[in-house]
Amino acid sequence: MLSDQDRIFTNIYGMHDRSLKGAMARGHWDGTKGILEKGRDWIINEMKASGLRGRGGAGFPTGLKWSFMPKESDGRPAYLVVNGDESEPGTCKDREIMRHEPHTLVEGSLIAGFAMGAHAGYIYLRGEFIREREALQTAIDEAYDAGLLGRNACGSGWDFDLYLAHGAGAYICGEETALLESLEGKKGMPRMKPPFPAGAGLYGCPTTVNNVESIAVAPTILRRGAAWFTQFGRPNNSGTKLFAISGHVNNPCVVEEEMSIPFKELIDRHAGGIRGGWKNLKAVIPGGSSVPVLRAETMEEAIMDFDWLREKRSGLGTAAVIVMDQSTDIIKVIARISAFYKHESCGQCTPCREGTGWMMRVMDRFVQGKADVAEIDQLYDVSTKIEGHTICALGDAAAWPVQGLIRAFRDEIEDRLGGGALRVAAE
Amino acid sequence: MLRRLHHDQPASFAFTPANQAWAEAEMRKYPEGRQASAVIALLFRAQEQEGWVTKPMIEHVADMLDMPRIRVLEVATFYTMLHLHPVGSVAHVQVCGTLSCLLCGSEDLISVCKAKIAPEPRQLSADGRFSWEEVECLGACANAPMIQIGKDYYEDLTAERLEWLLDELAAGRQPLPGPQNGRYAAEPLGGLTTLKDYEAGRAPHNAAVTLAVERGDGMKRIDGTEVPLLTPWLTKGANHNPGAAAAAAPAAPAPAPRVEGEKLKPVRKPGPAPKKPAAAPAPAAAAGEGRKPEGIAAPRGGQADDLKEIEGIGPALERLCHEMGIFHFDQIAAWGPEEIAWMDGNLKGFRGRISRDKWVAQAKLIVDEGLEAFRIRAKTNDY
Repeated sequence: MLSDQDRIFTNIYGMHDRSLKGAMARGHWDGTKGILEKGRDWIINEMKASGLRGRGGAGFPTGLKWSFMPKESDGRPAYLVVNGDESEPGTCKDREIMRHEPHTLVEGSLIAGFAMGAHAGYIYLRGEFIREREALQTAIDEAYDAGLLGRNACGSGWDFDLYLAHGAGAYICGEETALLESLEGKKGMPRMKPPFPAGAGLYGCPTTVNNVESIAVAPTILRRGAAWFTQFGRPNNSGTKLFAISGHVNNPCVVEEEMSIPFKELIDRHAGGIRGGWKNLKAVIPGGSSVPVLRAETMEEAIMDFDWLREKRSGLGTAAVIVMDQSTDIIKVIARISAFYKHESCGQCTPCREGTGWMMRVMDRFVQGKADVAEIDQLYDVSTKIEGHTICALGDAAAWPVQGLIRAFRDEIEDRLGGGALRVAAE
Repeated sequence: MLRRLHHDQPASFAFTPANQAWAEAEMRKYPEGRQASAVIALLFRAQEQEGWVTKPMIEHVADMLDMPRIRVLEVATFYTMLHLHPVGSVAHVQVCGTLSCLLCGSEDLISVCKAKIAPEPRQLSADGRFSWEEVECLGACANAPMIQIGKDYYEDLTAERLEWLLDELAAGRQPLPGPQNGRYAAEPLGGLTTLKDYEAGRAPHNAAVTLAVERGDGMKRIDGTEVPLLTPWLTKGANHNPGAAAAAAPAAPAPAPRVEGEKLKPVRKPGPAPKKPAAAPAPAAAAGEGRKPEGIAAPRGGQADDLKEIEGIGPALERLCHEMGIFHFDQIAAWGPEEIAWMDGNLKGFRGRISRDKWVAQAKLIVDEGLEAFRIRAKTNDY
């Protein structure tokens, strides 16, 4: 088990002093100037060596992403944008960072901004996180007062300003280009890529968008070294990770653990076990609503990292573990996810705009048992026509839970529909 | 969900003085000319002030940000946190109904809302003091089920606890937000499994609840006086924000000539100049290019032409033209490339419209062939 000394977020529950003073006492903002003095290339190489994969869901290597930013400015400014639009159902980890560990994020923003040649950074929070925004702004104010931000930030000679911006209840703004549109004051509709944000992002300038957790872990990784970070987790899945455990466990919680921790250990150690015991486990969504659901048999031997879950045709996503026991109507749960994606589709691409609503209606009929068994395959087939046929990944995210349900719980749907057909016939 | 403006709209909207100051500071977080970035923040603060988003509010924000009104309407109808309908005067209860909350009992919470507030979402209670709606994931899944009222999250709820909360609110009391089952934040309820060193001596509440207690503004209509206005980006910032320079001199008559690349480039007040000069190839609508068309003090004979005959000119653009001393078709018809370039780059909120909509070609037709002939050709865009 990860020891407290090896945790990055030592105040994730907010029980210690949350101010700058407290953050410094816990080791944050220690030697930040020295890190910046080692230079841009050193920082990026160290981040690459740490193997940190983006914590927003897609798992793209963070150091590599930073290296895409232009080395020399062509006259345009560069921007760092931090994605705090945490909206993936099941995910509640960035909230804890922003309200209880804000200085990890502020310090990380300075370092990341420096490493990509940005003098300005915007942190975009979801609109509902109002207290989190206030807590984070307090931390930024403290950092300005202490000379850690602004002109000659930290005495490093680098000028860096950090601003907060927010959305107003649109899940799609967690998609990086939709976030940029929203930050420019428009509807959050994703942009075609290319051009990628590193070439033309915010205001048409080179931009890198990173998840809150990816930025917040960077200072500690650089302080303690890539080798320290890579000792946790399996190769290609290194580091520590915030897991958000919700649903039918005895003690839902957010906890930092090492990557590749066995699912059983994670649940037993921190979440107090499955409600009603392990025999009562029915299914788990291991990484937030958009990754496919897995059955209890699979999950009991699961290793919580990107590659293992990928092999099982699911994913680690945001490490939002949603646990469901035997009392769960799994069809209804997935139908609710379909309703979510229908609600959150921005409407730009037809397969998603029409497909999410169609899938929701079919799923609703599945829940009621008022459908033909042949429609299961039809639903699967249509979902593959949505997946991969849209500008952004929301179409995929809407299709995967439905596909996961059909793969893992086809028997249960068939039972439901068989009963439904009989009832309809009887009427 | 169809999102339309409410049928019954108030006559006007204005920010309170403190909110106005807050809004102006908010606009200066963004580079010059990019103040539209503040649209969500301004609309949301306006909603916090009035309770819901009204048509005069949208118009007011559009004018403040120099945005076409339709663009602000687009934003207001896109983002679901902006209420386009009146909400309960005491509380608008937003129940998270997604995934983890569903698994942990959000349907019971919705039943409570239906029974105690109103049968339908977004419907006012009989006394007009409460309303509710089901919203998508609020991002507090380890504390499910939960609701948001005003600025605050009320977590780890049960149906009974929600009934109690609503009763408290109805009685004019402010319940303590945060977890309602004795938890501190998102730690395991059964006791800490990690980070036990800090459990002793912790502050009474987690960060969010502490703010709610200190500020006492969770339920109130925000007028901007709740907390002092702190704007470190203006007072202590590195001033890489070109907007700061422009906003410091709000009365500046016309923007100084500059090329497009420079507009986006941070103006570094202290420190060295940028290594490379601004990118040279500027598109047609560069702000500083060209020559400002000459205007006249008043329309000839006291009667201006109806510039709206030109396709692409509406009341707003006509007003802008009048302000610049342009009242007649022949004035526009006489513009050369220099004037077109200047106008394209300097009509705030309408950059590039002169060449895109072919104002000069249209005006020439009107002058040469008369209004009637022009109207016929305009039907097929033959100009």
